[in-house]
Amino acid sequence: MTDIEKYILRIADTTLILSQRLSEWCSKGPSLEEDIALSNISLDLLGQANGLLEYVSKLNGEISPDEYAFKRDEREFYNFQICEIENGHFGDTIIRQFLIDIYFKLYYQELEKSKDETLSALATKSLKEVSYHLRHSSNWVIRLGDGTQESKDKIQKSLNNIWKYTGEFFEMDELDKKMLKEKIGVNNKTLKKDWDKLVDETLIKAKLKRPEDGYMMTGSRKGIHTEMLGKILSEMQYLPRAYPDAKW
Amino acid sequence: MQEQLFQKKIDAEQKIEPKDWMPDGYRSHLIRQISQHAHSEIIGMQPEGNWITRAPSLRAKMILLAKVQDEAGHGLYLYSACETLGISRDELNSQLHQGKAKYSSIFNYPTLSWADMGAIGWLVDGAAIVNQVSLQKTSYGPYSRGMVKICKEESFHQRQGYEIMSEMANGTKEQKEMAQDALNRFWWPSIMMFGPHDSDSPRTGNAMKWKIKRKTNDELRQDFIDKTVAQAELIGLKIPDPDLKWNEERSSYDFGEINWDEFWGVVNGNGPCNEQRLNHHIKAHEDGEWVRKAAKAYAEKQNS
Amino acid sequence: MEATIWEVFIQSKNGLAHKHVGNVHAEDKEMALQNARDLYTRRNEGSCIWVVKSEHIVSSVPEDEESFFDPSNDKVYRHPTFYKMPDGSKHI
Repeated sequence: MTDIEKYILRIADTTLILSQRLSEWCSKGPSLEEDIALSNISLDLLGQANGLLEYVSKLNGEISPDEYAFKRDEREFYNFQICEIENGHFGDTIIRQFLIDIYFKLYYQELEKSKDETLSALATKSLKEVSYHLRHSSNWVIRLGDGTQESKDKIQKSLNNIWKYTGEFFEMDELDKKMLKEKIGVNNKTLKKDWDKLVDETLIKAKLKRPEDGYMMTGSRKGIHTEMLGKILSEMQYLPRAYPDAKW
Repeated sequence: MQEQLFQKKIDAEQKIEPKDWMPDGYRSHLIRQISQHAHSEIIGMQPEGNWITRAPSLRAKMILLAKVQDEAGHGLYLYSACETLGISRDELNSQLHQGKAKYSSIFNYPTLSWADMGAIGWLVDGAAIVNQVSLQKTSYGPYSRGMVKICKEESFHQRQGYEIMSEMANGTKEQKEMAQDALNRFWWPSIMMFGPHDSDSPRTGNAMKWKIKRKTNDELRQDFIDKTVAQAELIGLKIPDPDLKWNEERSSYDFGEINWDEFWGVVNGNGPCNEQRLNHHIKAHEDGEWVRKAAKAYAEKQNS
Repeated sequence: MEATIWEVFIQSKNGLAHKHVGNVHAEDKEMALQNARDLYTRRNEGSCIWVVKSEHIVSSVPEDEESFFDPSNDKVYRHPTFYKMPDGSKHI
């Protein structure tokens, strides 16, 4: 696998696994309207994953987008761990989404400037989608934060629990550095300042307390995950793995 | 007098609008029928939702998610039509939860393989579309407009199902077996979706007179069977009815006797998934209560 | 606990009038707008959305129909076809 292929897989896997998690909400939303909203976000992310995997597949020339999605093992997935965590209650899902939406928005804004034209075009398209997602999630953070005492307590706890998964957004490993140098990739470190600012803006409106940056989960860039990813994959990949000769 | 004027309007193919006078029986029939239809869309999300996380390709996953999402949308169009009759969505929901309102029994059967996604799209949506196309001309304006929108959006649903069936029927040996098995399990329940025979359907008379229904159960069932048989043959699947035979004289298919004991059993709560479907819906509603309360509290703060 | 109902109007294309398409449940304006977007524009149907609380819509009732609308029936002079133009007149 070339460097750029691996670099794109990181984004592709992040969108794919998050989409998979969100799709679990289908028929379980707090209202029908919200059920539709969560499916929409899941569909947008799946579309992003599909576009990115098609590009990796084209670069690679041998492995199809579906094979990337359905035939790799845990250690070959590079999505952020935050996508793997369980949906929990609606507030948990909203916080996860909110934190990652801001990251996506800032990341895609930078990726738009990539020297790689395909990546840049994919970033432009995705940016429109994640901007809407952020509007949706930040509005809910405010409603739940400034709603009832129960909702405030719940979502503050979600925020405290999920915070430790945000460190991975801003890491720079050798591959990131190389891609940045080649003007293909993004400087993740510099995203942190704007990310903090945007997070704070909404948390203030929501009357929520920002957690301290403490211990942060890490590892996905090396294919290290939580135990939850294996379960996601065994469900997601079951059919293509059980019937390797079949076409669907 | 009012009733005569009302009937005159109906006979002249004019639409009845929410604020128009209508007989109580017309209103209650509509509420029953539209809410049953809405609940069916919503409960119908579950058997297909069961496979979204296991869809076998990226394309299949997108399509299925979009399709189930449409069903939520169609449920909403129908609830909103029903609300124009003076009943709230909350009341409709609680009727469903208390078992007072019904939904289509077909959704009380389990989805056991990916081929069931094909069978549901092809047969269940196919049967629903036959019914919905005729309901576009129903006499109640909001219902009719909802149906027009739904029919437009659902046109892809049946094709999606038939595509899955066709690919599996022409796929590996196992896939073909799954496809035939899905057809075997879903055929009769699909036929039953049209409801009891006209002779055993006491409310049909008024519903036809008021043009709420435009075709009878038996007419719609026959339409569906006549359309579907050739589609099964084309992809090499066998419809599980030994009595199915073309009747030259009627230009229609004759078919075997429906197992009405099973039909009424499932309608009355004794299907393989009745309890599961209802409990799932109740749980989602209850789990979401704190969220709905918070949104309301937040909105009230903004307005005060 | 009843949700608030909002009526939804969609402008399908720039330049056209907004058309009523149905309603959504929502608590605040932003939620109403987003719910309307997700429910009524999944297939690229819109370029602009209006949402209005249902309680703010004022409607005439069927009993008003005759007194409201019949009086304009006989005012044929409001229509251009009412007027006799001399033979051969153009651009008028």
